[in-house]
Amino acid sequence: MNVPGSRGARDSHPADVAIIGAGVVGTAIARTLACQDVSCVLIDAANDVGTGTTKANTAILHTGFDTVPGSLESRLLRRGSALLRDYAQRAGIPVERTGALLIAWNAEQTAELPAIAGKANRNGCTDVRPVGTDELYRREPHLGPGALGALEIPGESIICPWTTPLAYATQALAVGARLRLRCRVTGIRTGDTEHQVVTSTGVVRCRWVVNAAGLYSDVIDRMLGGDGFTIQPRRGELIVYDKLARPLLGSILLPVPTARTKGVLVAPTVYGNVLLGPTAEDVADREERATTGAGLTLLLEAGRRILPGLVTEEVTASYAGLRAATADRDYQIRVDRARRYACVAGIRSTGLSASLGIAEYVAGELAEAGLRLAGKPEPDPPVMPYIGQAGTRPYADAARIAADPEYGRIVCHCERVTRGEIMDALASPLPPADLDGLRRRTRVLNGRCQGFYCAATVAALFAGTGPVPAPRSPTQAAVTAEPA
Amino acid sequence: MKTDVLVIGAGPAGLAAAVELRRLGAGGVLVVDRDDKAGGIPRHSAHTGFGGRDLRRVLTGPAYARQYADAAAAAGAAIRQGTTVTGWDGPRRVTLTSAAGVETAEAGAVLLATGCRERPRTARLVPGDRPRGVMTTGELQRRVYLAGERLTGRALVVGAEHVSFSAMVTLAHAGAEVIALVTDQPRHTSYAAFALAAAWRWHVPVWASTTVRRVQGRDRLEGVDLDTAGNTRFVACNLLVFTGDWIPDYELARAAGLDIDPGTRGPRVNTTLETSVPGVFAAGNLVHAAETADVAALGGRHAARGIAAALRHGPAPESVRLPVTVEPPLLWISPNELRVAGPPRTAAPPPAPARGRFILRSSVFRRLARIGVWQDGRRLATSAAYCMKPDRPLRLSAAWIGRADPRGGPVVVRLH
Repeated sequence: MNVPGSRGARDSHPADVAIIGAGVVGTAIARTLACQDVSCVLIDAANDVGTGTTKANTAILHTGFDTVPGSLESRLLRRGSALLRDYAQRAGIPVERTGALLIAWNAEQTAELPAIAGKANRNGCTDVRPVGTDELYRREPHLGPGALGALEIPGESIICPWTTPLAYATQALAVGARLRLRCRVTGIRTGDTEHQVVTSTGVVRCRWVVNAAGLYSDVIDRMLGGDGFTIQPRRGELIVYDKLARPLLGSILLPVPTARTKGVLVAPTVYGNVLLGPTAEDVADREERATTGAGLTLLLEAGRRILPGLVTEEVTASYAGLRAATADRDYQIRVDRARRYACVAGIRSTGLSASLGIAEYVAGELAEAGLRLAGKPEPDPPVMPYIGQAGTRPYADAARIAADPEYGRIVCHCERVTRGEIMDALASPLPPADLDGLRRRTRVLNGRCQGFYCAATVAALFAGTGPVPAPRSPTQAAVTAEPA
Repeated sequence: MKTDVLVIGAGPAGLAAAVELRRLGAGGVLVVDRDDKAGGIPRHSAHTGFGGRDLRRVLTGPAYARQYADAAAAAGAAIRQGTTVTGWDGPRRVTLTSAAGVETAEAGAVLLATGCRERPRTARLVPGDRPRGVMTTGELQRRVYLAGERLTGRALVVGAEHVSFSAMVTLAHAGAEVIALVTDQPRHTSYAAFALAAAWRWHVPVWASTTVRRVQGRDRLEGVDLDTAGNTRFVACNLLVFTGDWIPDYELARAAGLDIDPGTRGPRVNTTLETSVPGVFAAGNLVHAAETADVAALGGRHAARGIAAALRHGPAPESVRLPVTVEPPLLWISPNELRVAGPPRTAAPPPAPARGRFILRSSVFRRLARIGVWQDGRRLATSAAYCMKPDRPLRLSAAWIGRADPRGGPVVVRLH
């Protein structure tokens, strides 16, 4: 690994905090603590940050209008969402405030709208308002027939779920946190003053452990003697439609939720596509990220009903993500002073929106339990490469191309990603470990052709300059090893 | 910058148009292509068989691509490679991005020749995991012939049309062992000779009436579930190539607001290959995805004549537009509009399409099929008998177009 701070399997001094799980919650906690001069080690089994539940979701920056009033989720979601909105703007994380329309398709659902509006008010969303049938179809003329009315939630936004954890991790690294990727935690030995986190690449010593392991948070919890909860992975399948479908909708189109799930929604993405999903299906396997025929069929039916024009456009991608559900409805965040352990679990589907709120809360709880925070103002966030569709990207930026022609060489045509951006990603403080990592940093290969035009070029660029050299045969290696 | 004609796409259609435009004295011709070399898809189709209809000789893909790129340059067309049209700034004005910067190009006429691509696995909604090792023929050929990659292991080809056999040859060349060609059709839709060669020389069978139900493998591809008549079986493989199932690259056409034909999904074009916006033409596999390169090139040459005439005579007078549509099991017809200039009845018949023919596609196999052309219940023509196959061109003579009534309803083409 070329990641700074990841050198050495064994450290002479224990870190203040080891954070297990480099998803959006773990990276947020790492940056919040590291900014307060807490020495942190961020550990993840994957080869990159944000590769679990973080990367495959509906990419919505929620207001929390539909959470349980008074719950921890409600509080942290509202706080986190406000913090992230501001952070995103300064860090160049793509966000669009599209607003959402929660649509009633029958009398029963219409009857529920006032209660949902009341709940939203109690959650601090005071700008929620009813929208009549006429106004609804005026605003969303491509909506399928049969909608009776809606609630407008103006604050609901869409966000880039890839840049967000990358920005957090980049900032954490910049202020001294260490990142250990491809590092699977196999056990934890707890002593009087420190923990020894045993991993596939060595032992990490630390005073505190923060468990932000998402789908594996119950496994980590048991390593620390807990047996309070079990994670039930819930699969959500999603379909991403071609950018040509983007004009079909203005806002996020939400269904009236049921007790079990928020239902199938249609939402724009910050990359200019349209998202349809998710399904909600409990699965046994924590790595089961396959799409299914039944799931995709269900989504197509829902899509045809909500936005008929959608299903005549091409599908760009389909994928499945796993939410880490628990038996409890609320977040499970507990700080155990005696064991020097913070458990941050049950962040089912709102982790992205609430991440900074969760991090702030966890830092506060840790401080109360005796962890020393510097109490200083936060530094500015790092400025991340902008990969949204709404703003100006390098290919359209004349001044940028004039300064460096590499930003005028478009490599991925569907997503208009330039050679300059790929080189930047490869040279960044947290470079991609594989092509999927490069996708999440640049959008390369994510478009409608799925590599028909550019996959060979991108692979060659990556292999030529990436941190992981392409495998060589022994003969080739021998040849290149000879002095020139 | 300003030019008389802007050609978008330096594949066979765009380059053939550029050559013809220069020959006809149509003025300055600027050809832009987003790829870093001109030539289009034939550049990475390393097999032979290119050029029969247009150049009257048979070349390999790369040689054919080079021939056209050289001919266009020799004819005096300016070719800008590595240059992407990122949007429209007026009906015949575009924004370009290249290493030279962001520029605007304005033209008297525009030819869209952006070609087509294969529908990837995602767009076909094939469920399962998302491992590495799944690709289209386009990606495969670029990896093997342009980047020089070697591919090993067991490969499965999805599709059994011309390009599927080409993918099979590419895989074999790259070092892979091809297990089979899999098609949901009852049999392959290519030449019998190709299927025989596949079976005898490469020992590759065609598994017909078979669909890919699921892709398996979390990191690298491990195999697929195949379904034949309700029986599902797992077949281990390391490479899965989705071939054919072409979609025109219509992004720019749609961004321009051109009328789109629901059958071809490309821009609606009349027999001179002009679109619904005056002065904007479209040719090649953007309007008939996918035909062979020589047919695309001849279409480009035909569009050039229309463009030259439009530039010479100025905007066409008010004209009547008659849609030409198909009924199932026919999928599409190209061109798909007749444009009759001047007052009805006294008008000259519409100009003939490229090669004097319409191109059609069927979704079914049928022997001795005859095609009828109808308008308002009146039969304008009946074609000769065909052996129809999915994915293969049906050619319909355009001799009947003078008989279409400009004041009548749409022209409907259907099985007789």
